[in-house]
Amino acid sequence: MADLSIDFAGIRSPNPFWLASAPPTNSGAQIHRAFEAGWGGAVWKTIGAPVLNVSNRYGAWHYGGQKMLAINNVELISDRPIDVNLREIAQVKRAWPDRALIVSAMVESKPETWHEVIRQIQDTGADGIELNYGCPHGMSERGMGSAVGQVPEYCEQITRWVMEVATIPVIVKLTPNISDIVMPARAAVAAGANALSLINTINSIIGVDLETLQITPNIGGKGGHGGYAGPAVKPIALNMLSALGRDAAVSAAKLPISGMGGISDWRDAAEFLLLGASSLQVCTAVMHYGYRIIEDLCDGLSNWMDEKGFATIPEVVGRSLSHISDFKNFDLSFRAIARIDQGKCIRCNLCYVACNDTAHQCIDLIAKDGSVVRPHSYDIRSNGREEAVETRPHVHIRENDCVGCRLCFNVCPVEDCIQMIEEPSGREHLTWERLTREQPEVAEDWDEMQKYRAKMGIEIH
Amino acid sequence: MTTKGPLFPTAASLEELLPPLTPQEALVEATRCLMCFDAPCTHACPTHIDIPKFIKKIYTGNLRGSARTILESNLLGATCARVCPVQELCEGACVLGIDHKPISIGRLQRHAMDHVYGKAIQLFPEVKSTGKSIAVIGAGPAGLSCAGELVKLGHSVTLFERRDLAGGLSTYGIIGLREPIEVALSEVAMIQKLGVKLQTKKEIGTNLHLADLQANFQAIFLSVGLGNTSRLGIPGEELILDGLEFIEQSKLQVHKLRIGRNVVVIGAGNTAIDCATIAKRLGAERVTMIYRRTEYEMTAYPHEYEFIKGEGVAFEFLVQPIHVHAENASVKSLECLRMTLGEPDASGRPAPRPVPGSAFHLPADQVVKAIGQQKPSVASLWNLKTEKGFIQVSDRFETSLDGVYAGGDCIRARGSASTVMAVEDGKLAARAIQERLVSRG
Repeated sequence: MADLSIDFAGIRSPNPFWLASAPPTNSGAQIHRAFEAGWGGAVWKTIGAPVLNVSNRYGAWHYGGQKMLAINNVELISDRPIDVNLREIAQVKRAWPDRALIVSAMVESKPETWHEVIRQIQDTGADGIELNYGCPHGMSERGMGSAVGQVPEYCEQITRWVMEVATIPVIVKLTPNISDIVMPARAAVAAGANALSLINTINSIIGVDLETLQITPNIGGKGGHGGYAGPAVKPIALNMLSALGRDAAVSAAKLPISGMGGISDWRDAAEFLLLGASSLQVCTAVMHYGYRIIEDLCDGLSNWMDEKGFATIPEVVGRSLSHISDFKNFDLSFRAIARIDQGKCIRCNLCYVACNDTAHQCIDLIAKDGSVVRPHSYDIRSNGREEAVETRPHVHIRENDCVGCRLCFNVCPVEDCIQMIEEPSGREHLTWERLTREQPEVAEDWDEMQKYRAKMGIEIH
Repeated sequence: MTTKGPLFPTAASLEELLPPLTPQEALVEATRCLMCFDAPCTHACPTHIDIPKFIKKIYTGNLRGSARTILESNLLGATCARVCPVQELCEGACVLGIDHKPISIGRLQRHAMDHVYGKAIQLFPEVKSTGKSIAVIGAGPAGLSCAGELVKLGHSVTLFERRDLAGGLSTYGIIGLREPIEVALSEVAMIQKLGVKLQTKKEIGTNLHLADLQANFQAIFLSVGLGNTSRLGIPGEELILDGLEFIEQSKLQVHKLRIGRNVVVIGAGNTAIDCATIAKRLGAERVTMIYRRTEYEMTAYPHEYEFIKGEGVAFEFLVQPIHVHAENASVKSLECLRMTLGEPDASGRPAPRPVPGSAFHLPADQVVKAIGQQKPSVASLWNLKTEKGFIQVSDRFETSLDGVYAGGDCIRARGSASTVMAVEDGKLAARAIQERLVSRG
């Protein structure tokens, strides 16, 4: 069985799964229960400046009958007095010495205030500190949270203040509400942070109530942007995570990264590990289903690692990063085409309509006698199950015309019915980078491009 | 204070079998629909309702648009949602049926229909009158459909009905378990609201005459259905109840319906199954259905056969009744012969032949027959060409008489009669009539 334990910048935990700093980590009693359920660690809900919360603070985005594909919130940092939080942090840590207990903090941007809160946290015996530079709502209006994270210079300055007094590992949590995530990460590296975490929530308005025309959620007649999280943000998080791994300055510092943003099951977790995260934080999935999901997170990850022959988490971390590249390095001669397994096809024609209306018109409907037919071509008098099923045309891909766009593969509702098959193009491996270095004219002049295509036998219909 | 009871109080055991979907159930079911393109369910539906479209509208919360999508193809969407043999039609063709459960199209359709009928939403605007008049005779599904489609085109339509209530078999002949009478009557009211003028107690041969109709209307559509239950021609037949009347009474005057303790139903079609259901649910101790062929030849839909077996009804196959025995006008037994199957007959099914010396008595205190209906009598009255006794029509639903069209059960010489086929006949005949009226200015 795979060893799931991690050592993250000196913070140890029996598995890589930590509860993210959020409502699930609001109190000692909750974290006790989470640890009983098996969570490897928890990042205590951000402590710091005094706040007051509002109600109707969580909005949610539901789609296709699936509840809470994403959640957004305008809840602030912990609204419990800081003394209460500090006392409970100390109690939890004493009770659970083997678990990672990290405390998230956010205070006014003054060195003495930061120094004080860091010292208070360290007195509890906590394993680490996470600097919340990400909260996009409320706190940012007071110059904290993402107001810091969005300005690399502030990010660096405050991290320096923290590092002046820090005796335990410090993690800088990055906001995704920025055009290039790498900038604040470099600032944190420059200031001497011990680790990074990302992503915090994304600015969002969840929707408008079509009955009342009010913003959802409606806070006494007003609403506004809140932090967006949950399964829907995962692709954004994966991209930002990999951007850190691919940046020379950040990766040279070799800081461990705690990844989060839409991790709902062990498969998501494995993907974050493969793209460079070495600890994982979870929030929305827990807010949906409770602490119990930790069981399958660990079980599924462990089984997958066993199947793949990974014995430890570090063997997985960053394993797929080398496959990420830029468009200019992709092989222009690589050719994939869609192929339909007629035995599995249920003839829903979703591939046909997607290809025909919105892609490259290379799927035909073929009648029993082999002729190409138009949709809706049955006689109006024809009806009944038997006629409908027996005379239904089948879909056929004209492989020579298929550009390999992969839309049909994506819309097909049947597992493994459409596959993208690699077909030799007959051309040598060639990247855009090399092509335009050797023949810059093809990128500048359409006539040259056409000549090049004709020479290479590249036909675009 | 007095409170008005329901118009047609029904027995609890005969109330609609399937509950309506809750909004959440409908949403979950609608979400499962793959939205097939050029969908097989739409092909399989005789009225070709754009099923993925109406289901998607349920999913988006556009119930009004969903209902309109249904009614644009089938004005009797509320009836069809309940009585269609969906296993043989839309749901039977659902691509998810291959290895999952097909979408519950019928129940989703009912969900959309119940919404507009429940809120009395009228979906079609009034249109400018064309000044043309059409007579539709028989206010069953075919007639209602044809009348509704024609009035939507701006024509003046008078719908004549022989009985007190319109709706045809939806009102009188489909058990409440499948379709409450109120559903059929709401559809009639909707068709009337579209502008169709309904005249009841009007019957061909008594107070409706061809010459008058031809003088007053530019076209006539016959949707008279079929006649009474066929005769068996056996001694004591006058003691046998007519299956259609039996069903009618269970809907309109259930308190007056007397049910035997030991009931025999003759026939194995869908009407026979309905009769057996009523008898069983209203308290018969024993209900036996007898049929002269076997379960392989019976005309009831497979799902109906499964249903009735679950109701605890017994079957006697290869049995033909020959004599009703009674004492003091009360039935004591039904004498029958055992049969065997021989060569195929005109219907293509093996012909049953009596087994010599096999007569036996089936104890019974009530016998109901549901062995098919008599052919329409209007054919001989108006001297219309027929096919196997049914009114013969062209591809365009025109009879041998110029300007007289027909549709529904009265023309169903081939295939099995059903509400949805009748609705489609009415719709296509309306199109043919429209073409005639346009071409003749």
